[in-house]
Amino acid sequence: MSLQLFIEQLLNGIQFGFMLFLMSAGLTLIFGVMGLINLAHGSFFMIGAFSASFVAGLTGNFILAILASLIFPALIGIMVEFAIIRKLYERDHLDQVLATFALILLFSEATRYIFGAFPLFLDIPNILQGNILLPGEIVYSKYRLIIIIIGLFIAVGLYFLINRTLLGIQIKAGQNDRQMIRVLGINISRLYTIVFAMGAALAGLAGALIGAIQSVEVGMGEPVLILAFVVIVIGGIGSIKGALIGALLIGVLDTMARLFLPIFFELIMETSQALSLGSSLASMSAYLLMTLVLIFRPTGLFGKK
Amino acid sequence: MLTEKKFNLIIVLGIFTFSLIGYVMSEPYFITLATKIVILGIAGCALNLILGFGGMVSFGHAMFFGVGGYVAAISAFHSMNGESIDLIFFDFNGSSQMLFNWFLAVIFSMFFALLVGSISIRTSGVYFIMITLAFAQMTYYFSVGWTKYGGEDGLSTYVRNDLFSINTMLPLNFFIICFSCLCIVGFILNWVINSNFGNFLKGCKENEEKMISLGLNPYTLKLTAFVISGAITGLAGALYVDLNRFVSPTSLSWQTSGELIVLVILGGSARLFGPLLGAIVFILLEQFLGEVTENWQFWLGVILVLIVLYFPKGVSGLFIKD
Repeated sequence: MSLQLFIEQLLNGIQFGFMLFLMSAGLTLIFGVMGLINLAHGSFFMIGAFSASFVAGLTGNFILAILASLIFPALIGIMVEFAIIRKLYERDHLDQVLATFALILLFSEATRYIFGAFPLFLDIPNILQGNILLPGEIVYSKYRLIIIIIGLFIAVGLYFLINRTLLGIQIKAGQNDRQMIRVLGINISRLYTIVFAMGAALAGLAGALIGAIQSVEVGMGEPVLILAFVVIVIGGIGSIKGALIGALLIGVLDTMARLFLPIFFELIMETSQALSLGSSLASMSAYLLMTLVLIFRPTGLFGKK
Repeated sequence: MLTEKKFNLIIVLGIFTFSLIGYVMSEPYFITLATKIVILGIAGCALNLILGFGGMVSFGHAMFFGVGGYVAAISAFHSMNGESIDLIFFDFNGSSQMLFNWFLAVIFSMFFALLVGSISIRTSGVYFIMITLAFAQMTYYFSVGWTKYGGEDGLSTYVRNDLFSINTMLPLNFFIICFSCLCIVGFILNWVINSNFGNFLKGCKENEEKMISLGLNPYTLKLTAFVISGAITGLAGALYVDLNRFVSPTSLSWQTSGELIVLVILGGSARLFGPLLGAIVFILLEQFLGEVTENWQFWLGVILVLIVLYFPKGVSGLFIKD
């Protein structure tokens, strides 16, 4: 294998990692601040992709499509938080799992009803199509590079938001002591709604960015959701830094395992078997890593004890 | 309002009557529905042992359901095509006997539960939810990649296994077999819950420190419950394969784990047989809504949300007085 291919795949892994980060950042904040397990987070991923593809079809403008993928999920997030999610914060995890599981059914079916059962497509704008030549003779997809850059911006932005703004201080306070911040006179239900909407918007953005590479279909959010849960558990629930590191770790591990395991198994068995065994073991790798992390650090890499 | 005993009796008899009605009206589909309710009810009650009484939210119980199913299906598959499995010491030819395949399913899921449980029970809360999910996902991807037994397409066993000289292909006969299993499992679980062990388990849920100071080991208690629960869920998985004569990775998927949790909460996790009522409500809702509207999943979602928000004790909470 050439070095170029290796670096290209490494970049793919990082791109996948940043996409996972967009999902996990919201998930980990929602869990850290409100103590809510939100299985319906994958639905916002899907809603983002569908709204982007709808707006792109209407206007032909990719920037507007991306904006829609932020705004629609945030609006729907606010509505759902107001009507349902709000009542779940004080409940135990079991009720949260069931209610948000039910929300998945509700959202998926509603999307199927509105947009039909066939996958939609979201085209990459012309200027982002094709490849770019990176230093070291590496040819890489422009669009995927843009995803990496957007992911970096969001990571830096979230860092400043959490550490340098009033909202960030409130979020951090909310993670540490929910009672105390209520006593301090901060409008806690408004804070919860903001955090939930922000998480929904980030998930929607991830959905739109990925929707342009894959197809936009009902149920696209759930595989990503499960991996995002793995990410936040590895990183330690509630930690944005943990989510970033966990996401990059899982992104690179998953991509590399998909590349190398089939090659490795081809040495000892026939090609078709090696391919299927290799790819199924690659799918298992993220979960294996999570299990190992939890055995040695039961609250994740950056989680509080 | 009913006592718990009367409640149990009524739902069990209700299921039985439902399938008899199906028999009298020559509607084999009713009997199949009742059989499905019984099998999922067994799995739900088994999950409830650790979830409702042990406070362990397993989001990966489909792995035991699927492992039990796959073990039974693989044994039946080999018995059918005559190809033996080389097990170093002897060749295993597979079996078409239900009892033997159930036994295999229970043993395998028991050991699997021991392995998974011994690692998972070190964690708690949301980490426990996620690590059980992780194990289930690993088995799921393993089954997808194992092309010898169908991979993603699943494995068909074509005919039902044999039990003594009963014609298991007749819906009512198979229903009665599953119903008997439900009764046996019910007695076992009831005995477990009301034994000292059951009380200690409930104690672990309430206050682990207290159990430790009583000289008990919560880890062993929880692990034992986890293994019992996994073994019974494995049995349900084997029965489900007999019902459908087919097993696929779907039975190991996280959606299946989610549905098992739905049965428990829907019925009410505070009662041992709540999940059985949960299975009745869930399957009949699925059936009824599916006939009324194409978008039945939407309405199922709405109903589930309403139940979580406004009936925190589940449907059984409406019938049983405390």
